[in-house]
Amino acid sequence: MSDRLLEVEDLVVEYPVKGRRAAPLRVLKDVSVDIRAGECVGLVGESGSGKTTLGRAVLGLAPVTGGSIRYGGRDISHLSRRERRALSADIQVVFQDPYTSLNPAMTIEQILAEPLTVRDVDRAEARRRVRDLLDQVQLPADAGNRLPREFSGGQRQRIAIARALALEPRLIVCDEPVSALDLSTQARVLELFKEIQERTGVAYLFVSHDLAVVRHLSHRVAVMYRGEIVEWGDGDQVTSRPQHPYTQKLLLAAPVPDPVKQQQRRAERRRLLTAQRQAGQPAGALS
Amino acid sequence: MTETLTSAQVPPVAGSASAARTSLWRRLVKNPLGVASLAFLVLVALLAALAPVLAPTDPAVPSAVDVLAPPGGDYLLGADGSGRDILSRLLYASRLSLLGGLLALTVAAALGITSGLVAGYYSRWFETVSSWVAGLLQALPGIVVLLAARAVLGPSIWTSMVIFGILLSPAFYRVVSAAVSGVRHELYVDAARVSGLSDERIIARHVLTVVRAPAIILAAGIAAIVIAIQAGLDFLGLGDPTRPTWGGMLSDAFANIYRAPLMLLWPSLAIGLTCIALALLGNALRDVLERTSTPKKRRRGAAPATVEVRSEPVVVHDELPGTGSGEELLHVDGLSIGYDQPDGSLTTVVEDVDLTVRRGEVHGLVGESGSGKTQTAWSILRLLPPGGRMVSGAIEFEGEDLAKLSEKAMTRLRGRRIAYIPQEPMSNLDPAFSIGHQLTEPMRVALGISRAEAKGRALDLLARVGITDPQRTFAAYPHEISGGMAQRVLIAGAVSCNPDLLIADEPTTALDVTVQAEVLDLLRDLQSEFHMGVLLVTHNFGVVADLCDRVSVMRNGRIVETGPARSIFADPRHAYTRSLFAAVLEDAEPRGELTTVPVATREGAHS
Repeated sequence: MSDRLLEVEDLVVEYPVKGRRAAPLRVLKDVSVDIRAGECVGLVGESGSGKTTLGRAVLGLAPVTGGSIRYGGRDISHLSRRERRALSADIQVVFQDPYTSLNPAMTIEQILAEPLTVRDVDRAEARRRVRDLLDQVQLPADAGNRLPREFSGGQRQRIAIARALALEPRLIVCDEPVSALDLSTQARVLELFKEIQERTGVAYLFVSHDLAVVRHLSHRVAVMYRGEIVEWGDGDQVTSRPQHPYTQKLLLAAPVPDPVKQQQRRAERRRLLTAQRQAGQPAGALS
Repeated sequence: MTETLTSAQVPPVAGSASAARTSLWRRLVKNPLGVASLAFLVLVALLAALAPVLAPTDPAVPSAVDVLAPPGGDYLLGADGSGRDILSRLLYASRLSLLGGLLALTVAAALGITSGLVAGYYSRWFETVSSWVAGLLQALPGIVVLLAARAVLGPSIWTSMVIFGILLSPAFYRVVSAAVSGVRHELYVDAARVSGLSDERIIARHVLTVVRAPAIILAAGIAAIVIAIQAGLDFLGLGDPTRPTWGGMLSDAFANIYRAPLMLLWPSLAIGLTCIALALLGNALRDVLERTSTPKKRRRGAAPATVEVRSEPVVVHDELPGTGSGEELLHVDGLSIGYDQPDGSLTTVVEDVDLTVRRGEVHGLVGESGSGKTQTAWSILRLLPPGGRMVSGAIEFEGEDLAKLSEKAMTRLRGRRIAYIPQEPMSNLDPAFSIGHQLTEPMRVALGISRAEAKGRALDLLARVGITDPQRTFAAYPHEISGGMAQRVLIAGAVSCNPDLLIADEPTTALDVTVQAEVLDLLRDLQSEFHMGVLLVTHNFGVVADLCDRVSVMRNGRIVETGPARSIFADPRHAYTRSLFAAVLEDAEPRGELTTVPVATREGAHS
């Protein structure tokens, strides 16, 4: 067996479309990607590219039509609910929206203790673990008695991270975990992700639409476009010197926070688009 | 199903007292309507329970001498047509009426909530079948079914109440299944699944809490209906004639209405007051419950709860060559915005803001959520949300103070001279009207042009904002176009009346980067073409760098730094501006390759 923690091979995800003869909607087309232990793999793409669906398929929340997802060498693409539950200690999630990912009626302690108590961790132990988790995500110990609505977006995202860490997983699927946050909060939460990874050796599948965020955190990066991976490789190379026309377009579309550099980037982008148009490639086409 | 549910209802962490529930009770007690109605219902229930102790005589023993005896003496409320004590009968009748109502309610709730939970959570075939059944039950005429049941099964209040409960269960079913299918797609339910919770546990912990509020409110209403209908049945003589009920007493009183009209009062009071108390309790519960069950979402631009306002000097950068000249279009001077609080105090969200937009200039207003940038933009349009108002300052547009204009004059200005581009394009288009209608209507009103002329102009504009098939988009409805396209349509609408000033509130935040780049290009081109002044509200420094000539950085309702964009980007002087620049990841180092395979391979620790 290789050092691959997670291997996704030729993954196809289809959603049924209403109407008897309608062809199902193919959201992922033969997607292959892999994650090593302790690695952060970034997944970039625009809305509707299928990046979130890939994350959900790994979590067992999306129907797998074809191909395979192997975790530690074992195919997990068609597990029963019971087998899936056993696996949940290993694969966890942090969602995008910190407002809807925490049950508004439960206290922070109840939220964090929930994954523990279903595994029959006793109450005193669970409480101790909750305090430890709050400490890991740099929240005060008395946060446990409060309700989610008393916390800001960044703090809620820390709570969501603490919940993901509760079972000491080996892989966390992070679905746009910082895109709802303010700039300075975003930077701090990203540092937390990094620090946790360096300390615990957990692997991330980090889904984001923001190339800069992904570059900052990812060892390797995959770029998705219309349900396919169009570029996949070393993070620095993909996010700084992309080969694929779509990635090039994506990189140049993000404005640089510097008026002088942005002027250059704008000119570069115009040149690239003109060149792509002349080469007969439709916008963002595949090579 | 019911069994698994009840066993799962025991919370795993029993010690953690549900904060939500206790405070709910406390709030209900604080609600005067809730307390009054609850107290009355408890009183009625107590009287019913203690009837054997309280009743002066046996309710079933007639006395020929006392037929229709007036109130007073031995009979506090008088005696009925058979000489039986009305007070005793009333007490005993409340037992039967309340128990019957409770039975129907329990049956309806048990059936409706269970099937609603299953249908809402699993949907698939069960949902199809159960909604058919629910529809069928609702289509049945209730009274007729009850009459038929009585004819077949005999006059028993219990059977008829069970049947009535079944007939009422669709009400619970519909409310619960709708609530559940709403919550099923919540991220916290997904997170619970990923945490390894079983379905029963998810339903008990996450779904039932959502169902609780609407189900309790509904139950209060249903209980009132059950009591009323049951009394009606008994009044018609369709109940069990051997036992006293409120409806039966009403019927007896009605037969003697000319000889002893007062007799009608007692059962009517019992029925009426109980139904009113139940309805009021339902209202009180709704007030209390629905306020707790809605999570408070703070949207970008919503008024922040508190703002600490500290006075410190604004860092002002010197003008560069080529900036700071030109006609002043908008001049905001010392603007403060406050929100009136329920307790009479005022929460200030914007304090002492000075701002200038010149013709042909793009002024970026940057800040994080809650900094007051959107509030400032809204106040210029005089479109602050309810409760918000300008506390002090002046907003001069071409020398005229907008704050002093009449509402009518302001309406004439908005859209014509000052245009607005919102953050979320989709929610700013009315789904009921075609794009063409929404574009031409304002033009016809504002410019007074004909329908055909407006259409021609709209098509030109759609082509101008880069829509490839203007004719098709013109005829389309908002749901038929993409988000980027919708923003182009709104931009076309904003410039349709040749405005002098354009206020753009996070115009690209909801868009993909590639679309954002195109929309930014479009805005830049239109701005120079129409020579507009633009106030651009954003949190994205990339967007500022791309478009803005001038920047003001806002924090906690104040501007901390302002000046030409190039000098602020080259030399940010305020500590806050610097911290924002430091948080920008654009120039950050890439992570690099994974070098060490770190610690902890806790193989098999959790399997």
